[in-house]
Amino acid sequence: MDDANSLLKAKGICKAFPGVKALNNVDFELKPGEIHCLMGENGAGKSTLIKVLTGVDPLDAGDIFLDGKAIAPKSPHHAQQLGISTVYQEVNLCANLSVAENIFIGREPLRFGSIDWKEMNRKSQELLARLSLGIDVTQPLERYSVAIQQMVAIARALDISAKVLILDEPTSSLDAQEVEKLFGLMRKLKKQGLGIIFVTHFIEQVYDVSDKITILRNGELVGSYETVNLPRVQLIAKMIGKAFDGFESSCKTLKLDILQERRNNFLQVRGLGHKGSIHPFDLDICKGEVLGLVGLLGSGRTEVARTIFGIDKADSGEIVIEGQTVAIQSPADAIQYGLAYCSENRKTEGIIENLSVRENIILALQAKLGWMKHITKKRQDEISKKYIALLNIKTAGPEQLIKNLSGGNQQKVILARWLLTEPKLLILDEPTRGIDVGAKVEIQKLILSLAETGMSVVFISSELDESVRCSSRMAVLRDRVKIAEISGEEMEEKYIMQTIAGV
Amino acid sequence: MKKMQLSYKYINLIITVVLFFALFAAGSVLYNGFFSTQVLLNMLIDNAFLIITAIGMTFVLIIGGIDISVGSVIALVCMLSAYLLEIQHLSALIVIPLMLLMGFLFGIVQGSFIHFFTIQPFIVTLAGMFLARGLCYVISIDTIMITNSFYQFIATYRIPLPFDNYISISVMIALALVAAALYLNNYTKFGRAVYAIGGNAQSAMLMGLPVGRTKVLVYGLSGFCSALSGVVFSFYMLSGYGLHAMGLEMDAIASAVIGGTPLTGGVGFITGTVFGVLIQGVIQTLIMFQGTLSSWWTKIAVAFLLCLFIVLQRIVVSRKERTKSIS
Repeated sequence: MDDANSLLKAKGICKAFPGVKALNNVDFELKPGEIHCLMGENGAGKSTLIKVLTGVDPLDAGDIFLDGKAIAPKSPHHAQQLGISTVYQEVNLCANLSVAENIFIGREPLRFGSIDWKEMNRKSQELLARLSLGIDVTQPLERYSVAIQQMVAIARALDISAKVLILDEPTSSLDAQEVEKLFGLMRKLKKQGLGIIFVTHFIEQVYDVSDKITILRNGELVGSYETVNLPRVQLIAKMIGKAFDGFESSCKTLKLDILQERRNNFLQVRGLGHKGSIHPFDLDICKGEVLGLVGLLGSGRTEVARTIFGIDKADSGEIVIEGQTVAIQSPADAIQYGLAYCSENRKTEGIIENLSVRENIILALQAKLGWMKHITKKRQDEISKKYIALLNIKTAGPEQLIKNLSGGNQQKVILARWLLTEPKLLILDEPTRGIDVGAKVEIQKLILSLAETGMSVVFISSELDESVRCSSRMAVLRDRVKIAEISGEEMEEKYIMQTIAGV
Repeated sequence: MKKMQLSYKYINLIITVVLFFALFAAGSVLYNGFFSTQVLLNMLIDNAFLIITAIGMTFVLIIGGIDISVGSVIALVCMLSAYLLEIQHLSALIVIPLMLLMGFLFGIVQGSFIHFFTIQPFIVTLAGMFLARGLCYVISIDTIMITNSFYQFIATYRIPLPFDNYISISVMIALALVAAALYLNNYTKFGRAVYAIGGNAQSAMLMGLPVGRTKVLVYGLSGFCSALSGVVFSFYMLSGYGLHAMGLEMDAIASAVIGGTPLTGGVGFITGTVFGVLIQGVIQTLIMFQGTLSSWWTKIAVAFLLCLFIVLQRIVVSRKERTKSIS
C-alpha cells in the first residue's frame, strides 16, 4: 500500500440509517497538499461521509487511517484533536461572542488561572493576519459578513489542528469576490501541505480550485478522478448517473404537438431576481406549455419558482400576467392571479399528515374561498371523490388518513388540492421525487394532459430524462443564473448536459 | 457608526442604570430625607436576598434556560433551617453548609433532568417548585420562629460605615457573590462557555465545549444561589414558613430582564441584574416615602418597566436583523 503518501484514507466505509443505506463500501483518499472535491447530487452520501470522518456519526463498517494510523473519531471534538477540522455551511460559531473568543473558546490562554484577554486578542490578531484578514477581534462575530465568519472558523480550525480541513459547502452564501478570497486562502493552505476536502454544488468552483474529484451517487462510490482529466460533461453524467454513450432520446411525440400549438404568453418575467438566491432572469411561459427548469441541485431551480410565487420577495424586475403588470408580494397574491405551487418538500410543506384525504384536498379551496365560507360535507365528498377518480389516487376512501398513502398518491392529493383552485399556472417542484416508477409515469402523463387543457406548467425535476419527456421547452440554470433556453430538436440529454456543464 | 453599533447590546443596561439614578434623583427632589446614603444602603439591605437569587437566575438565563424553582427553594431552606436549628437543636455552623449543599444538589438534579432527558427547563423547574414548596409543609404547616443566637446575632449586627451609615452582613454576602459572579463570568472558561452555549448550543458542542457539564453546573449554581438567598432570607425573617418568598422567582427573572438579560440566551450582565434589583428597590422606597400608595404599586411599576424593556429588546433585535440582511 502506498499509505506513506496519503494523509487521510477511508476504506470500505458503510453506514446505514433506518431504511436507507447511506454509504455502501465507499473508499476515499486524500493526499497532503491536495484540494479534493467531493461531488454528488442530494442524498448521494457526501454529508454522511463527512459526518463519519469527523465523528458526528459512528460508522457501521470500514476503516479510517490518518497518516497511515487507524483512527476512530468519536466526536467532532475528538476528530479535531486528531487533526481533522470541519467548517460547515452554516458557520458553527457563536455569533454573540467576540472574534477572538470564537477562535480560542475552550482553549483560552490563562494567566494565574483566569482568562488572559490581552494575550487572546493579540494571538487572534496574529492568526488572522496570517490569513490576510485585518479585523477588530474584540468585536462580536455577528458584526461581520458570513465570508469573514467563515474565515474565522477556518482560523479556529487551523489553530487547533492543521492536517485535514473539511469545508462543507462553504461558498453557498458567499458572493463572487468573497469566494475568490476564500479560494486564495485555500491555495495558500494547500501550499503549506494541508489536505483540504471541499464540498460544493458549483461546478465552476470545482474546476477553479480542486486537484481531484471523488464522485458519490446513491451512497456508492462512482470513482475518483484527476480534475484536469475529467471533462465537465463526464462529471455531470457521472453525478446524475446516466451512461452517456448510446443514449437514445425517446418519447418526444406528445410534447412536439404542444409546441406547435404554442399560443399566447401567459406569464412574462423580466429581470426578476432575489439577491442572494437568484440572479435576475427573464422567462416567458405560454398557455398550455410545460416549461422545464433544469440544472444541478442548488443551481437556482427552486429559487426561480419561489421568487415567481412570491415566497421570496423579488427585489428587482417585474411579472406580467396576460399583459398586465402585477405585483406579487406574497403567495396569497400569487394564488389570486391563478398561480399554484407544489413545493419539493412534500412532507414538511405539503401534506398535513393527520388529516384525511378529503380534508387535504379541500384545504386550498377553503383557503381561496375564505375561512368563513362553509363547504358542505356533501360537496366536499363529491369533490374529493371526483379527484380521487380523476387522478387515480389509490386510497381506501376519502376519509383515509393521508399519512397512510404511498408517496406517489400523497403527491397526487396535493396536485388535486391545487387543481381544485383551477390555477392557470401550476409550478411543480420535484413532483416525482421519492416515488416509484409507475407512479412517476402517471404523474408525468397527468402533467401533459393538464397542459393540453390549456394550463401552463412549470416543471422542476432533477431527473433529466423526465424533464425531456415532459417539457416542451426548457430553461437551464447554473450557479443561480439562467444561462440558456432550449427547445425543439436541441432538447436531448447530451446537449442539455453540455449546457449545464457550460462547454 | 462603530460607537452606535457598540451600544446596541448595552442599551437596556444603560437605560436601567440611567433610570435608577433618575428615579433616585426624583425621590431626592420630592421627599425630604430621601437623598441620603443610608436610603441607598437600605435598598441593598432589604433586597440582598433578591440580588443573590437574581444572580443565579442571570446565569440560567444566559444559557438560554429558566429556573422557576428558586422561590420555593428559598422557602424550603428557611423552613428546614428553622426546623434543624429549633427542633433538632443543630449548630448553625452545620445547618448553613448543609443548606447550601442541598440547594446545589437540588439544582444539579434539575439540570441533569433538563440536559440528559432534554426536557424543557420550565417544566423541570416547575416540578422542582412544587416539590420544594410541598416539602415545606411536610416539615410544618405553621411558622417556626428562629431563636438561635447565631442567627439573632447576624440578623441584628450592623457593620458600621463612615458618616453614621451601616450595612448588614447579608449585604456583604450579596456583594461578595456579585464580585465572584463577575469574575466567573468574565475570566473563567466556565463563564465564557455559558455565553457560548446560550449563543448557539450546537456550535458550542461542535467547538468541543463541555455543553452538558456546563448546563448542569449552571442549574447547580442557581440552586446554590437560591439556598444562599434562603439563608440570608432566614436572617432577615428569623422564621421558617411555607409561604415565604412566594413568587420570588418572577422578581428574580424581572430583575435580570430589566438589567439587560433577554430570555433568548447568549447575552446577560451581572451588573445589570444588580441594577435591576435596585430599580425595584428604589420604586419600593419611593412608594414608602409617598406614604399613601399600597406597596402593590411596586408590582405595577415593574410591570410597566418589563413591558418597556421587552419592547426595547424586540426593537433592537429586529433592527439587528435588518442590518444583517442588508450587509
